[in-house]
Amino acid sequence: MERVEGRSVMSADDVRRAIVRIGHEVVERNHGLEGIVVIGLQRGGVWIAEALGEALANAEGTQVPVGSIDVSLYRDDVGLRPIVPGAVTALPPLDGTTVVLVDDVLFTGRTVRAALDALNDHGRPRAVQLAVMVDRGHRELPIRPDFVGKNLPTGRHENVAVGRDGVVLS
Amino acid sequence: MKHLLDIGVLSVEDLHHLMALTDHMVEVNQRPIPKVPALRGKTVVNLFFEDSTRTRTSFDTAARRLSADVMNFAVSSSSVNKGESLRDTIETISAMGVDAFVVRHRSSGAPQQITQWTNASVVNAGDGWHQHPTQALLDCFTIRTHLNRRDGFDGLHIAIVGDIKHSRVARSDVQAFTTLGARVTLVAPPTLLPPAVEQWPVDISHRLDELVGEVDVLYLLRMQRERMTDALVPSLREYTAHYGLTPPRARRLQPHALVMHPGPMNRGVEMAVDPSELPGSVVLHQVTNGVAVRMAVLFDLLGSGADLGKTDHPRGEDR
Repeated sequence: MERVEGRSVMSADDVRRAIVRIGHEVVERNHGLEGIVVIGLQRGGVWIAEALGEALANAEGTQVPVGSIDVSLYRDDVGLRPIVPGAVTALPPLDGTTVVLVDDVLFTGRTVRAALDALNDHGRPRAVQLAVMVDRGHRELPIRPDFVGKNLPTGRHENVAVGRDGVVLS
Repeated sequence: MKHLLDIGVLSVEDLHHLMALTDHMVEVNQRPIPKVPALRGKTVVNLFFEDSTRTRTSFDTAARRLSADVMNFAVSSSSVNKGESLRDTIETISAMGVDAFVVRHRSSGAPQQITQWTNASVVNAGDGWHQHPTQALLDCFTIRTHLNRRDGFDGLHIAIVGDIKHSRVARSDVQAFTTLGARVTLVAPPTLLPPAVEQWPVDISHRLDELVGEVDVLYLLRMQRERMTDALVPSLREYTAHYGLTPPRARRLQPHALVMHPGPMNRGVEMAVDPSELPGSVVLHQVTNGVAVRMAVLFDLLGSGADLGKTDHPRGEDR
């Protein structure tokens, strides 16, 4: 992904604080961490899921299970996006849990739709909630996030890059 | 990748890519419901002009686990018996709208020829004495998993024992193993070595006893009984005495050494011990990995979009 003349829209500290805040919102919404499982979408969501797991442990003193899910075999546009070798699914048991699905950017919603299908094949969570670092709009499906790091109005052809060192719009 | 005909044209990176893809498929196969929708709407035709149970079933299972539709074309009950040419057969089936042919044929080069007559992808499932690329991939994946060699086979010593001359498995395995960096020794009587073997990137030995204690992988080939009639070996008993894995030889294997076989095994000939009592036997793992490897190949040919690079859908934009 080439980055041309990027504009920084979140600093490293902003990203870190957003994760901590989302952690508190997860606790508040679910009245604690009973039955919570945090699952990152391969690849961009995985490190955020791990950081969110840490934030939850710091806030509440309990470590929740953290996993990752690869949805490339479930996409409706299989073929348009190449699979990422090595980004294999690793999930804790899901039946009866509340899954907090984590991704870096929410755009059309198609990845999240694929992730919901994939989760379905692995078990039956009691509920699924969605946390994203950046919601950039342009949804093509009726999907909305429960927890958002930053709402970022973008053009369709702009690119959003999320990392530990911040968020860049180009 | 459009076709998989010959393992020799794949680079180190290609082999690592396909094995990394296989990791995903292994994960799918371990699920309670081992099925993903990745190839929904794609049609795979199994076209086996030569007998095969395990390869055909393995491809069949692989395609179904990716949700592809599968047509099994049984040559014995087809128009081929009425004299239809290979070309007409391919063009007729192509006209029904298929995405991939999985072909086994007794003639070397038949899969390559078929690519001229169809727009579908072609996977070589064994052609004559020439190539068996998915077998080589599953063998590589099995070694990679069981000897924990994710980064390549540098420093590994692999002995391939038996009828090298008539073996497409040996040809493909030699290419794949050496591409990944292994040292390969072929062990066979001179009558069972192919012509021009000195041009292969391998060592040659006629004595299994000299090697059995030092190899990391002992790969036994099937001793085809029909070779007896060609007088290439004096007798099966003599073959076993010199080249079979007997109990004394099995005891000399290194503790970590793997014993592999492409199947079907001739018990008491090349495999003169009970493989279930060999700690290093990974024969059944080869079969299990075969399904995952073939899923990876079909997905790479039909679903990965490797050839769709010209889309206006910028990568990483569609989330």
